[in-house]
Amino acid sequence: MATPLKAQIAVPRSSDKTVAGVKYNRSGRKRNNFEMYAWLYMRVSGVILLVLIFGHLFVNLMAGDGVHAIDFGFVGGKWANPFWQVWDLVMLWLAMLHGTNGVRTVIDDYAERDRTRIWLKALLYLGSAFAILVGTLVIFTFDPCPAGADPELLASFCPAP
Amino acid sequence: MTTQEKEAAEPASKVDLPQEQGGGGEIPTFDVTLRVRRYNPELSSEAYWDEWNLTMFGTDRVLDALHKVKWEIDGSLSFRRSCAHGVCGSDAMRINGRNRLACKTLLKDLDLSKPVIVEAIKGLPCEKDLIVDMEPFFQSYREIMPFLINEGHEPKRERYQSVEDRERFDDTTKCILCAACTSSCPVFWTDGQYFGPAAIVNAHRFIFDSRDDAGDMRLEILNDKEGVWRCRTTFNCTEACPRGIQVTKAIAEVKQAVLARAF
Repeated sequence: MATPLKAQIAVPRSSDKTVAGVKYNRSGRKRNNFEMYAWLYMRVSGVILLVLIFGHLFVNLMAGDGVHAIDFGFVGGKWANPFWQVWDLVMLWLAMLHGTNGVRTVIDDYAERDRTRIWLKALLYLGSAFAILVGTLVIFTFDPCPAGADPELLASFCPAP
Repeated sequence: MTTQEKEAAEPASKVDLPQEQGGGGEIPTFDVTLRVRRYNPELSSEAYWDEWNLTMFGTDRVLDALHKVKWEIDGSLSFRRSCAHGVCGSDAMRINGRNRLACKTLLKDLDLSKPVIVEAIKGLPCEKDLIVDMEPFFQSYREIMPFLINEGHEPKRERYQSVEDRERFDDTTKCILCAACTSSCPVFWTDGQYFGPAAIVNAHRFIFDSRDDAGDMRLEILNDKEGVWRCRTTFNCTEACPRGIQVTKAIAEVKQAVLARAF
């Protein structure tokens, strides 16, 4: 059995050298598939989001009374249904991660200094994590008729306390 | 003695030339304003623009205009050129904002009502005038191992390959390493960390070569953070390639090959 190819040939690596202040070597080399999965995620989530978002728009704006039917009760009714809870949850997570990854690549492409990159990304990840958590919390804990609330503020469809 | 030897020596040219030249009509001439971005670190760290008004012929290229300046007006103008016929890839430069070979761009094809703007290619360190340091570019090229790697025994004759197998990577064999594609890529401009289209094109040339055994290693190299996934398919590279290589398509094929390898 011949020696495996990888053992025979070392992949040439850029040696660390600086010429006239310009660094030619590639910085930090990570051997993982993260960028590949991120790329794939953008394609897959994009296709699913097309269905989810246009479905969402159709149900909210065109079906039945259309846009005129939207009020507090309409949203409350939708989130009382597990089907719409899952729909909105999937839409929220896919869209937020899709957008976050998109902005991440924009930062990678346009931020010229590593420090700027780190700060912008930290801000981005913090913002996205906050939006995803708050969104998820609302979808699961939304109660249109909270107990003990001022009856004047409750929606008309709520049972009398 | 044969009759042939008795005949008069063959004339120098078999084509009868007319006594008077210019039978095909005069080549039209026109005036061109050439604006070149000059940079000389020995004199100043600032780049500046030089402008020349030249009378050029309809058959002239941007390279001829640069030659006219260098040979007749300002000998300090510096640029690379070797073969001057679109084969060596030395004279890639930014002409009117597009990366082109100066030796393949005819002046008559440009908008001559405005100055013809010539700059060094972007994203690589400028050394002088139109000359850039190509080292980062070649470094990426070396890293993808642009040579045949074969595990089997060396054959006594040439390595056979079917016409179909050869056709698979034909497009990417045309690369002349002029760096027009890599230096037209906005992702490369930012920090020069991206491998760049040229390196990926030359990896493609071996990845899809049926005689080569190291395609997997090259795919692993290009599955890097700075590898194929940084391509945003802006098609600048395809537009810039003086050899008409479908660069963005080649990059997409490498992306697919990396995915196929993972799943």
